[in-house]
Amino acid sequence: MNNNDRPLSPHLSIYRWPITMATSILHRATGVGLAVGFVVFAAWLFGAASGPNAYSTFLGAMESTVGCVLLIGWSYAFFYHLCNGIRHLVWDTGRGLEKEQATASAWFVIVASVVLTAAFWWVAS
Amino acid sequence: MSLRSPLGQVLGLGTAKDGTSHWWGQRVSGAAMAVLGLWFAWSLATMSGFSHAEAVAFIGQPVNALLLLLLSVTMAYHSYLGIQVVIEDYVHGHGLKIASLVLSRFAHVVLAVAAIFAILKLGIGA
Repeated sequence: MNNNDRPLSPHLSIYRWPITMATSILHRATGVGLAVGFVVFAAWLFGAASGPNAYSTFLGAMESTVGCVLLIGWSYAFFYHLCNGIRHLVWDTGRGLEKEQATASAWFVIVASVVLTAAFWWVAS
Repeated sequence: MSLRSPLGQVLGLGTAKDGTSHWWGQRVSGAAMAVLGLWFAWSLATMSGFSHAEAVAFIGQPVNALLLLLLSVTMAYHSYLGIQVVIEDYVHGHGLKIASLVLSRFAHVVLAVAAIFAILKLGIGA
């Protein structure tokens, strides 16, 4: 029996990350990031309900440099998690699971999430 | 010598046959989040401003209040399911894992109730 055609397990020293692996890890990372964003979402609502003073404290934090960087990060995390989440829902129907299709959809998700984030801030400004 | 029967000692140690409900909950709440999240992103992008008066006016609008309530509940649920899997994957040690899961659930309930209270207060008229 000829076993020469069998795939080898990855050698870590020469292993190249497939893009699908990066998109999978990024899905979890953005999900955790968005869970932290839920705190800010609740703080926005609660601050608004608490009155102008509490709200201005919230707004001041969000309008700081750190706040702005975080808000841009959360907007990207949202659009990435949205696009890749839809990719997962398509996979759940059994479609798009071929290696080439998964690689193509990974790149599509990366491009689409950047475009949507840019469009979001363009509409917002 | 234990008084527990051999059957009683092993019951509940497996998957408890409820894995698919988590899967379905994550998928369905994810689909709802796609719709509600896009509405919220669009609302934020097109809001006239983020002063206190403008925020209160936006949240107090009945349609916005309804969608914000749905968003808060769905987000809390979807986020809890996701964080649960992350904790189960990365937190080792049974006690610490259970403590993390309980803490995560408390945190999600607190945030959801805070958001709901704020929306109702502004929606019903403060």
